[in-house]
Amino acid sequence: MEKILMLSGFITSFTIILIVIFLFREGAELFNSSNVEEGYVLAINNNNPVNKINPEKIMDIFDAEITNWNEVGGVNADIRVFRFSDITKYSTPEELGSNFENIPEVLSNIVSAHPDIIAYFPEHYVAEDFKGKILANGKISPASFFGCTKWYPTAQPSPQFGVLPLFLGTLWVSIAAILIALPFGMAVAIYLAELAGSRLRKILKPIIELLAGIPSVVYGFFGLVVIVPLIQKVFGLPVGGTALAGAIILAIMALPTIITVAEDAIRTTPRAMKESSLALGATHWQTIRKVILPYSVSGIMAAVVLGIGRAIGETMAVLMVTGNAAVMPKSLVEPIRTIPATIAAELGEAPSGGAHYQALFMLGCILFLLTLIISISVEFIAKQKHKQTI
Amino acid sequence: MTDNNSKISRNKKMTQNIAFWSFRILSITVVGILFWILGFILVNGAKVISWDFLTQAPTDGMTGGGIFPAIVGTLCLMLGSVIIAFPIGVMSGIYISEYASNNCLVKVIRIMTNNLSSVPSIVFGLFGMALFVNTLGFGDSIIAGSFTLALLVLPIVIRTTEEAMKSIHDSFRVGSLALGATKLQTIWKVLLPMAFPNIITGLILSVGRVSGETAPILFTCAAYFLPKLPTSIFDQVMALPYHLYVIATSGTDIEAARPMAYGTALVLIGIVLIINLIANGLRRYFGNKVKTS
Repeated sequence: MEKILMLSGFITSFTIILIVIFLFREGAELFNSSNVEEGYVLAINNNNPVNKINPEKIMDIFDAEITNWNEVGGVNADIRVFRFSDITKYSTPEELGSNFENIPEVLSNIVSAHPDIIAYFPEHYVAEDFKGKILANGKISPASFFGCTKWYPTAQPSPQFGVLPLFLGTLWVSIAAILIALPFGMAVAIYLAELAGSRLRKILKPIIELLAGIPSVVYGFFGLVVIVPLIQKVFGLPVGGTALAGAIILAIMALPTIITVAEDAIRTTPRAMKESSLALGATHWQTIRKVILPYSVSGIMAAVVLGIGRAIGETMAVLMVTGNAAVMPKSLVEPIRTIPATIAAELGEAPSGGAHYQALFMLGCILFLLTLIISISVEFIAKQKHKQTI
Repeated sequence: MTDNNSKISRNKKMTQNIAFWSFRILSITVVGILFWILGFILVNGAKVISWDFLTQAPTDGMTGGGIFPAIVGTLCLMLGSVIIAFPIGVMSGIYISEYASNNCLVKVIRIMTNNLSSVPSIVFGLFGMALFVNTLGFGDSIIAGSFTLALLVLPIVIRTTEEAMKSIHDSFRVGSLALGATKLQTIWKVLLPMAFPNIITGLILSVGRVSGETAPILFTCAAYFLPKLPTSIFDQVMALPYHLYVIATSGTDIEAARPMAYGTALVLIGIVLIINLIANGLRRYFGNKVKTS
């Protein structure tokens, strides 16, 4: 019996370890996968001096952002983009054969006939005597994952997994949310701890608990039908789904955490300190400002950090109101996208085991580490306080 | 001199009044926001709620009918996750508070429990998908969803159990042991019955949490549309929070589905409200009982 109790005591530790193992196992595969769509190749003419093109440039080429070979280290000539579906433009049905058995040969001829071509086609159509250069597929590097500013996971032929805009978007909304929530949260915490009578407290506390109990999807729905149109009207925007809408909803959701933790911190101020301040002739407000708040500052810091932690991990509400554009955040009234929202929105469509799927697990790892750091720093801040009092 | 003093004290009073009134106004605003949200959902949702809405499956591409399958699905998930999380959570709470002396292991367990409670729900969703759905081969099913949600509420159950056990005075333990009872007997016959009300309260609150979570079930069990009820634990189900998300953001005709969304949101809030009321009621009921006994 005792053994069973002990075993269940360790279950949370097991769970954490399992989470780490599974998330990182799926996520780390990302850096083993090719930076070109699995099963496809990129080929160029033999006379083309280019040997390697980095994935970001590949995407630009296929998006017609880059149109000249000299931009990727080649000669001064326009780039001819060839996608597999273009094959009918370069050949007749007779050439392809009745069962398309001649496709490899045709592709080989097309590539060798056009010195300015970059061709993108399935790997199994590469002829044995292919008269062209297959570009070496690199691997997705951690540097490009953490440093690239583009998140286009479904771009072909070269998907872009730049986590930076998502990461900054997450921080952007979370910090904005805390800045909005802080004055309200502190006011309610001080009010509850210092001003409200016990009867009022008994009414207010359950109300705040209730605020914490409302499901996030309901907050998201409320934001979607009330806050988003409101922001659209007030700022005269084409779309109302913006970072600001997310920040407002997150602020409301973070309030209970901030209020509860900050109130507890304020309450721990020793009565003797408060009374000495009052006995010296300070008013109640002066006592709060000069004695109680400085004393409880570490607890309030913990409240803020915890609030940010909640906001960073929040998924559904943010997904529903922030507009979901994976761009670098520039202002509060533009759509942004956060890490959890990206996972929730895209995992359903990402084919299991593909680079996109692995990238989303990698995002999960980042999120996990982020919240781990936050919960450790909260513990650290709380410890600081004990040292102070001793 | 006295004139100056009274001026200073009047100034002090003034700033205090300004500060305190701004606190009051901000606090009222917060309460106002809550009532605004609740009122908004209530007013718009009440028009839709009817017997048919609660007992019929959705029809006409989610714009008509009811939400019965989603209600059943959510109840299944609540039950499933409680069956899994409750025994494990209570046992591990007992272990932490009664058996583990303050050694390194307990510290590790406690830190891990804290960390587990701060892990975002979407990460649980990812993990549940990788472990239960793919590796263990449960597929999208009630059992995969229940396991995922159980992990999510495990820290809550552990913490409430631990606190409930800790709040029992040591004299009960010592008294029971002095009468010759073993440690297990003490826990089973003396401590657990006393801690039971608090543990139950924690359990009810965690059930409330389960009912509203969307992110963990997105990839582990939630179905977009499923008019029939589940017949086994390996079936997919519809669930209220996911249903609300779906009809609010996607679907054939979002505008026409709006009333359904309001109704679903109201049912969800209703569940949370009822659960909160039950928990508070129990707390008060048992609190009085303990005092009088």
